[in-house]
Amino acid sequence: MDTCIEKIRAIGADLLAKGEVEIIIGFSDGSIPMAARPVAVSSRDDMEKLVFNSTCGLNLANYVSKNSLSGKGAKIAVVAKGCDARNLVTHMVENQISRDQIYIIGVPCTGMVDKRKIASMFEDEITKFAEEGDTLIIESALKKLTVKKTDVLRHNCQVCTHPNPPVFDVMAAEPVAEQTLDQPFADVDNIAAMDPEARWAYFQELTQNCIRCYACRNACPLCYCPTCFVDESSPQWVGKGQNQTDVTTFHFLRAFHCAGRCTDCGACVEACPMGINVREFTRKLNKDALELFGWEAGLDLEKRPPLDVYSPDDPNDFIK
Amino acid sequence: MNFITIDKNDWAAGIDQLKKTYLVFGPVQDENGCQIKPLAPDVQPEMGAPATVMSPKSVLFPQTEKILTATLDESSKDHHIMKPVDKNDTPRAVLGIRPYDAKAVQLVKLNFDNPDYKDPYWCDAYDITTFVGVGVNRPGPCDFSTSAGCGPFSEQGLDVLMADLDDRYLAKVLTPKGEAWAAACGFDTPADTAESQTLFDILQKEAEKQINTAISTDNLAQKTILDLYEAPFWDDVAFSCINCGTCTFVCPTCWCFDIQDETKHQTAVRFRNWDSCMSPLFTHHASGHNPRESKIHRVRQRFMHKLKYFLDKYDQGIMCVGCGRCVASCPVNIDIREVCNLMNDYQKDK
Amino acid sequence: MENPYMPYPVRIDNIEVATEDKSLKTFTFVFLNPGDEEKFAYKAGQFAELSIPGVGEIPIGIASSPVEKGFVKFTVFRTGVVTTHLHNMKKGDIMGIRGPLGNWYPWEKLENKNVVIIGGGFAFTTLRSSIVYMLDPANRSKFKNIDVVYGARSPGMLLYREELFEWEKREDINMHITVDGTDDPEWKYHKGFVPQVVEQNAPAADKDTYAIVCGPPIMIKFTQPALTKLGYQDNQIIMSLENRMKCGIGMCGRCNIGKELVCKDGPVFTLEEINQTPKEY
Repeated sequence: MDTCIEKIRAIGADLLAKGEVEIIIGFSDGSIPMAARPVAVSSRDDMEKLVFNSTCGLNLANYVSKNSLSGKGAKIAVVAKGCDARNLVTHMVENQISRDQIYIIGVPCTGMVDKRKIASMFEDEITKFAEEGDTLIIESALKKLTVKKTDVLRHNCQVCTHPNPPVFDVMAAEPVAEQTLDQPFADVDNIAAMDPEARWAYFQELTQNCIRCYACRNACPLCYCPTCFVDESSPQWVGKGQNQTDVTTFHFLRAFHCAGRCTDCGACVEACPMGINVREFTRKLNKDALELFGWEAGLDLEKRPPLDVYSPDDPNDFIK
Repeated sequence: MNFITIDKNDWAAGIDQLKKTYLVFGPVQDENGCQIKPLAPDVQPEMGAPATVMSPKSVLFPQTEKILTATLDESSKDHHIMKPVDKNDTPRAVLGIRPYDAKAVQLVKLNFDNPDYKDPYWCDAYDITTFVGVGVNRPGPCDFSTSAGCGPFSEQGLDVLMADLDDRYLAKVLTPKGEAWAAACGFDTPADTAESQTLFDILQKEAEKQINTAISTDNLAQKTILDLYEAPFWDDVAFSCINCGTCTFVCPTCWCFDIQDETKHQTAVRFRNWDSCMSPLFTHHASGHNPRESKIHRVRQRFMHKLKYFLDKYDQGIMCVGCGRCVASCPVNIDIREVCNLMNDYQKDK
Repeated sequence: MENPYMPYPVRIDNIEVATEDKSLKTFTFVFLNPGDEEKFAYKAGQFAELSIPGVGEIPIGIASSPVEKGFVKFTVFRTGVVTTHLHNMKKGDIMGIRGPLGNWYPWEKLENKNVVIIGGGFAFTTLRSSIVYMLDPANRSKFKNIDVVYGARSPGMLLYREELFEWEKREDINMHITVDGTDDPEWKYHKGFVPQVVEQNAPAADKDTYAIVCGPPIMIKFTQPALTKLGYQDNQIIMSLENRMKCGIGMCGRCNIGKELVCKDGPVFTLEEINQTPKEY
């Protein structure tokens, strides 16, 4: 996947030279192994900062909804893998940005690595991470491992069916093959099969380490509300402490706010410092959106999201 | 100050004995990594664990802590009169922390225990807590403690510093609290002072050699607050920030908190929660005005507080011990080492 | 160890609507425990946390004066959760007061000096405390000339109207009351904004004159140049700042401007001091 970076830089340089965009939002190398840092590049000299690799797991659409730059009418290019592009489309569908404001440099994606999974293969801290094609070479003070990237993909990348941006202005490489899955929501089915008490216990345990830093929310491109419901003080919807009810309320409500909008980009999980698989909440809603409305978010600029429109033949089996 | 040696075969029994008189905290491994937690009766601390995601600050400063309570029942004589909550004054021992976390407690103490006010919750907890650290034989890539006024074998703030010598611990007992801890565990095999100190010195040197990142702080004191505040680099520093509070929550020296009231039936409870300067609500006036309304303000506040305001206010160095937790946990890789060096190197254009 | 988070229990002894739009009320509190009043000894310019169990706390400047005994008074603008709740409370209700908090106007430094008090809108509470303190027979001789410029949107929005008009009649204080506008033909005081009235009526500065300024940001912004024009140096301009606060004792970390904590190192600063800090208020 690292082969397309030269192409991305060339496209970026060309866009700046022609004055088509003022900044390019992409990833740069982080200061520690397996870290990537979102960066805004506005000069040709800085173009070398741009990188793209299997650690670029955040979603850059997050930087064009809440970014102060977007308010100024500047045209922005975004380096977008499949899910970033789908969230840009979602922004457009939700009138957060306009299509002509954004230049999408599409990157076909072969998946992002699960950094926690890799860290768990070591007893001490990782000191080096390198990527050669499909092979990862990872070192700590105690050992060196060579791992196949496909063995350490994030779960959302394992089940991804849209690695290529559905909407783009230019592609930085040839599209990659897209998979179809017989059972795209096996994880959700497993949870659904639990009896209610076990399911409740499962979710309580899932969030027991939550510190309410809201990294999941803040990393999510969907969470652009000017005041989040957890921050509202009059009325105050949710308590501010570590009470399990309040913690659970936050996660449940946030997930519901993402219903029919979530692209399963995994940025929430990537950002969580406590390793909570926040996707366990949103995945169920993605499954419902697909099964009840045939809907996957961010694929089409023209279609309205299912919760945005009423149709007389909307499924209503829940009314008993 | 004296040295004792603890055979690792005797360790678990000593800790079990300690639990009879102390509330014992230590690193516990779960699927989300390692955390400092109160140890259940049948759990032993994971002494050789990697750096914990969260610091042990919650031992003295829980993320949510009840501070006052009152009854709202008007038939009660003392209705609407706030009273302190009952406290657990069982002595606490925190085992297996890294030395920088004990140094951090000393920095936080400047805030909670000062000539004007003493925070009774933090101070009482501090008074009954014994810190037992383990020297870090293999510091990780985010550790820059040696250049942050600390180090892998720093003794600051510790009651006992232990060295892990594979089959045994060599413990340097630094304070009367440390002596009481050793006695409570039944650890009493003396070790030769000169020999032990030599061993510590060797281990310290070995560990410090492995730390290959550093910050420079030598110029920070002489710069003015306004020059640093108005420096041009803050836009770039803040660009990637998503304003989550991760850095502040994992930080051992971040002490900011919020006070909240809640009621349940006829009982009012006032409690405090960790708060974060990354949150816009932190400074939001009831009028709607917010003096730190943009993320640039908030990112700048965090670094200015740690690296300049604190330094100027207390003259006790920077409010950072170099643990690297914020570097490791930041979802967008904002690195305090880079920011500190930017600040230290900054020259205002004349 | 004294617990600085413990409020003194108080009873609401009186509630007065303070302005015609009813957005401000003045609450008079009496301490429940004998001895607490003495512990609450304060100076003009300090604030306290009004503490309602189950609702929260709010930092408010003390409007009563150290020379007034037997009660403490606060004038509160209804704006957030706690102040709205407080506005709905009634005489006889029990709540708490925590303080006194913060520093005060530099009364020692102001002795034998001319004092010019400039206030706008509902930021007149600690200024009222200060005026009552200075006019007290035991204190008046400690100060030279006292001038007061106080303005509000309309006559009905002036706080402490009766006292203002009483002070107007006195010889030992020069009152310059103003309103932005009024159609009351009987209005016999100034019309116009505070900065203009300051420029036209406040005494020019000499080294023995200090100005205390309290008001909304826009008033402060335009009053500063007026004072500078009158010759006031930045260290002769004393201001009281407000920021969001929780603990009030310098620990919770949110109210700082640079290294200064508004709740503990302030709220009173000279303009000279404020000029050294980021403008985060």
